[in-house]
Amino acid sequence: MTLPTDLGRRDLFMKIGIFLNGIVGVILVVPIVRYLLSPVAHERKGSYDSWVSLGNLGQFPSGQTRLATYRNPTVSPTDGDTANIACWVRNVDGQNFQVFAINCAHLGCPVRWFPQSSLFMCPCHGGVYYQDGARASGPPERGLFEYQYKVANGNLLIKSGEMPTPGQASNIVREIRPCA
Amino acid sequence: MRLIKTIGEWLDARLQIGATITETAEHRIPRETASWFYVFGSAAFVVFMLQIVTGILLAFIYVPSAGEAWNSLQTLNHQVSLGWFIRALHGWGSDFMVAIVLIHMVQVFLFGAYKYPRELTWIVGVFLLLVTLGMAFTGQVLRFDQDAYWGLGIGASIASRVPAMGPFIVNLMLGGPIIAGATLSRFFALHVFIVPGLLIAFVSVHLLMVIKLGINEWPMPGRLVRKATYIKEYHELVKKDGMRFFPDGMGKDLLFDGFILLSIAACAIYYGPFGPSGPPNPTIIQTVPKPDFFFLWLYAVLSFLPPSMETPALLIGPVVVILGLLFLPFAFGEGEKSWRRRPVAVLTILLVAVALGTFTHLAEHTPWSPVMDAWSGIPIPSEFLHNRTALERQGALVFQVKQCHNCHALDNQGGKRGPALDAVAVRLTQDQLIRQVIQGGGNMPAYGKNLSPAETTALVAFLETLHPAGQSPARNASQTIVQSSGAAAPGSGHP
Repeated sequence: MTLPTDLGRRDLFMKIGIFLNGIVGVILVVPIVRYLLSPVAHERKGSYDSWVSLGNLGQFPSGQTRLATYRNPTVSPTDGDTANIACWVRNVDGQNFQVFAINCAHLGCPVRWFPQSSLFMCPCHGGVYYQDGARASGPPERGLFEYQYKVANGNLLIKSGEMPTPGQASNIVREIRPCA
Repeated sequence: MRLIKTIGEWLDARLQIGATITETAEHRIPRETASWFYVFGSAAFVVFMLQIVTGILLAFIYVPSAGEAWNSLQTLNHQVSLGWFIRALHGWGSDFMVAIVLIHMVQVFLFGAYKYPRELTWIVGVFLLLVTLGMAFTGQVLRFDQDAYWGLGIGASIASRVPAMGPFIVNLMLGGPIIAGATLSRFFALHVFIVPGLLIAFVSVHLLMVIKLGINEWPMPGRLVRKATYIKEYHELVKKDGMRFFPDGMGKDLLFDGFILLSIAACAIYYGPFGPSGPPNPTIIQTVPKPDFFFLWLYAVLSFLPPSMETPALLIGPVVVILGLLFLPFAFGEGEKSWRRRPVAVLTILLVAVALGTFTHLAEHTPWSPVMDAWSGIPIPSEFLHNRTALERQGALVFQVKQCHNCHALDNQGGKRGPALDAVAVRLTQDQLIRQVIQGGGNMPAYGKNLSPAETTALVAFLETLHPAGQSPARNASQTIVQSSGAAAPGSGHP
């Protein structure tokens, strides 16, 4: 049987209970949000991109554009084939290179190279690019995304790791062509 | 029989739920609403049940891992007995569900059912449409094939255009920097836990309101909705000319639900499961990605929007449409319900239907895409080569080798990205042809750097032969004058 004097104590329990659960809520919410934001939490710009080798320079004859593939620098055990990324390597003159992302600058579909007409064509919405990656026609607003590259020990390396998309391209892909 | 009754009574004495069930099942409805027009809501619900059952069955075998998902779909298709049938039921069920939800929405709109007091029922319905489309998109991702992979790329490219937040949204959507293992895992969580959870919650609220507020009465032209009097009028109508939903008004719903389930099963048996297409390996670039049926219209819109309009249209368009749907019952919450007296409503539906139908039809033919193998796979029809000079035939060769055929059709064969060239010589003079080929323009690449002078001469010679038999090619009128008057060669001329 409850006594009238209990009322104050019950009220106190209620208040402490709400306070305690509030603290528990905060303790749980912070790690949950941190967990959900993990793909963007740690200094993403530095961690995603790194230098990867596309292989020996001999694979890319002067004056030609060839498909190259590499394993993405950040992988997880369940990635399977999806971490194998393709790109187009153009050996401009034996000294200078251009490495283009496979993704169309419109909506990311894989562009194909046609050496006969020296054009890249996209199968999705008909974006077309010239051999130097400049936009030729179709819906893209800009030219192909270009990776930063360097040559080391006879290998061609590109700075890559993140799928280029129209909104972020300026963050990860250099518009200015690096000096060879 | 008596045993069942005893067990039932024993259970209900403890559960105390029998009265609620009876009350719900026997809620009264206006007599005219037991109509074939009122069956789509329950059909959508029944198809959703089918999706839950088949979805759970698929989860017995499916592996939500980027490295294994495609193989597990092959296992379902080829090794598990009738695995293909369960996949086909789930795939066709999803198409039917989207279609029925859309039809239901059109019916509700045309019958004015969103008006007072059912505004919230409509709003929850709009969320149900969005959630259903969310299920369709995430489900397409779980069929982890080439289309799913590049479809995600398109989704990421669209999301990346959000000002400032774009790159973060992309990383959150993909679960990392690229489309990979983490991407599939989070779409699995979305498709089997989060979105269905929302769907069940919204369906429950939606149905609760249908039962509490009563089904929309058959709209009569001239019977206007007024907030002050509607509820009283509705109760009088149901009292005077109403009946119980169960067992009196349910027959057509049951028949239609059965018919729909049978249709889904028939499609599943006849057409089989959707894909999977090629494995999700991004180094296989010989692919022509395409979205599923209900996103084809968007695929078409994305190819027709001018580049400058694309980002604003993609980011603002959906917001405007969704807000419009949400505010509809507040803007038009009273007044006429019957579609016979609401011509704007009828025209809106017709316009939207024709637009979506046209875009979907176009997306099935993709006239904006170059035909990637036309240059090597589709020969020039022989009538275009008959009785031609060696130079003109050489030009025909240039036409093929330089991939002109990928974008330009001859005799309706080849790409439709650019104009068909069957009669191009009637439209363009020799000089204009040369200029167009060298400089491009009008959405055509410039070929100046890729054609030698000899190739250009040959190609233009071939293009000049492309005119109907009775029609002469276009000519620059001044050219003949210049040529005849200036017969004397330049240089030897007048002082």
